[in-house]
Amino acid sequence: MATLRELTHREDRLEGGHRLCAGCGASIAVRQILLGAGEDPVIAGCATSCLEVSTSLYPYSSWKVPFIHSAFENSSVTIAGVEAAFNGLKRAGKIPADKKIKFVAFGGDGGTYDIGLQALSGTMERGHDMVYVCYDNGAYMNTGIQRSSATPRGAWATTAEVGSAQQGKTEKRKDLTSIIAAHGVPYVAQASISHWKDLTTKAEKAFAVEGSAFLNVLATCPRGWRSAYNKAVEHAKLGVQTGYWPLFEVENGEWSLSSPSKALVKTGLKPVEEFLKPQGRFRHLLKPENAELLAEVQADVDAYWKYLLGRCGE
Amino acid sequence: MPVKHTTVATTGNSMVADAMRQCAPDVVAAYPITPQTTIVEEFARYVAQGRVHTEYVTTESEHSAMSACIGASAAGARVITATCGPGLAMMWEMLYIASGMRLPIVMLNTNRTLSAPINIHCDHSDVMGARDAGWILLFAETAQEAYDNTIMSVRIAEDPDVLLPVMSCLDGFITTHSIGRAQTMDDESVKSFVGDYTPQNALLDVENPVSHGNFVFLGGPYIEFKRSQRIAMDRSKSVIERVGAEFSELSGRPFSLVETDMMEDAEVAIVVMGSSAGNVRHVARQMRAEGVKAGLVKVRCFRPFPATELVAALSGLKAVAVLDRSESFGAEGGPLFTETRSALYDLERRIPIVNYIYGLGGSDVRLDLIKSVFTDLSDIAGGGVVPEGLNYLGAR
Repeated sequence: MATLRELTHREDRLEGGHRLCAGCGASIAVRQILLGAGEDPVIAGCATSCLEVSTSLYPYSSWKVPFIHSAFENSSVTIAGVEAAFNGLKRAGKIPADKKIKFVAFGGDGGTYDIGLQALSGTMERGHDMVYVCYDNGAYMNTGIQRSSATPRGAWATTAEVGSAQQGKTEKRKDLTSIIAAHGVPYVAQASISHWKDLTTKAEKAFAVEGSAFLNVLATCPRGWRSAYNKAVEHAKLGVQTGYWPLFEVENGEWSLSSPSKALVKTGLKPVEEFLKPQGRFRHLLKPENAELLAEVQADVDAYWKYLLGRCGE
Repeated sequence: MPVKHTTVATTGNSMVADAMRQCAPDVVAAYPITPQTTIVEEFARYVAQGRVHTEYVTTESEHSAMSACIGASAAGARVITATCGPGLAMMWEMLYIASGMRLPIVMLNTNRTLSAPINIHCDHSDVMGARDAGWILLFAETAQEAYDNTIMSVRIAEDPDVLLPVMSCLDGFITTHSIGRAQTMDDESVKSFVGDYTPQNALLDVENPVSHGNFVFLGGPYIEFKRSQRIAMDRSKSVIERVGAEFSELSGRPFSLVETDMMEDAEVAIVVMGSSAGNVRHVARQMRAEGVKAGLVKVRCFRPFPATELVAALSGLKAVAVLDRSESFGAEGGPLFTETRSALYDLERRIPIVNYIYGLGGSDVRLDLIKSVFTDLSDIAGGGVVPEGLNYLGAR
């Protein structure tokens, strides 16, 4: 695995000067993941999203690698098509048989958990040799903070409002990482922008395996989280420390907690409140009258943690 | 090397699958749907037998099939796919993206109607829903034409003056599943006719990175991009004619955007697309035996719309009927009718023109129905009243 010194000497494949907000977790995720691809050429795709509209504004492109965007629900299968072309052209003798190219598709949680789930499932099932990255900021941030199936229970969103009859999203979030793991692909991992070594190492592994790999990366959205833009990494770290976003991987069916989360088995998780507190989208949850709802959010985290420890044999 | 023709008795889908094999696509990404299935099944056999180098991607939906085709085509591959009806409808979003990104994808469409009620049989509702999606649209009357159109489509789409996707349509079940006599050409002749594909701005050219599918903000050159598609579509007309002429020389079979039969001295004619042209031709001959100077005008290319050619074919007539195998609910008539009538608008003399909706959901296109249309035309030509509104042919 690459050292920090080595990583600092690798070329940044997403150029600065893009139009993402200050403190946006998406560009941090993309840059760290592309560092994990090493020296091999990479072709990247992206679903319609903040990331896409902010990095591909015609006639500019922030991508120093070949890049394709086609629509919202299909970055997985669009890149699968690119990978298919690579195989077909190799077989035709138009590309040398020993040529190596890495393929990666990015999507937000809306484009992955919701509208893109079918295309992603098909892509993973067929086993295209590529990496799919979901940058999960827990809502449709690009269109204005609407709830997605990645939005946690109790979070305010513009389609899960807070009022006298409702206190934000009433359902718990979907466990997409387990769903993709159930596809039996060789590498699946959950990571966070707050743990660069864990993330770049997971990206290296994802790019290295033959077949499909999936990374689900917690990426702060200060605009949608209603949080301080200069604390983006810190807030993601709280997601890990409270067990809201455990770091783990599934390598060829073997589940294991990654070291930042594994350490929490002994020390215990921080209360989820610490993750919620700095985020305006949870402000209502901390009111005394919502104590019961807050307990439910904590119960969601505890249940998932328990499930995960079981899967990881802890 | 002279072309070696082989006469076969087979279905339209089988002819098309064979043409696909001969065009040697680098990628086929497709999803099965009746009555397209036998195309993808037959192609899967070619893959299993190692007869093609194609990377065959069996997607989980048509939306993903077209998405994979878009990725593969942008990557620099020759790409062919097939679908129909609800499958084409499901692709709708991606059809515009394929043409907007100027990707020369070829798609076979085995014309099937759209639900509801659910029905798997032929009409042109599927492709007519996509008529403004920026694809070149070719229609086949027979399995032979479906084969020929497939091969020509590859050349047309990939022409540097065009770079637009092409949809090659054959009528579901009628053409796709009926066994008839047809001729294939030898592999080598097809290979040299379609030639090698040299992609532009390929993603796989990693030394020269490009971005595809960029975002054009309000105030950006969106309308200019659309105009460039319009220019390419207009330009494609002469390319289609040139490719068609070249192919005709090779195949010995005629091709034009608008094909006419018995039109030299015709007084009345039916304008039609697809398999029903055969019925019209047959009945026109019968009508001639009865003294009616009847003719057939078959539209083989709907996009770009061959307005000039239609005007040339129809301008001397006393009455014209347009048969539409799809509805355009609330419009002045079916799509072929409204565009044909619009094409005739600038003529000095107004030609009586009537519209018939027929054959929806595979409803039978009986010869007596076609005969009733010619009889109507004959009445109109003799000074009879032009029926108002549109007519549902054969509806009980």
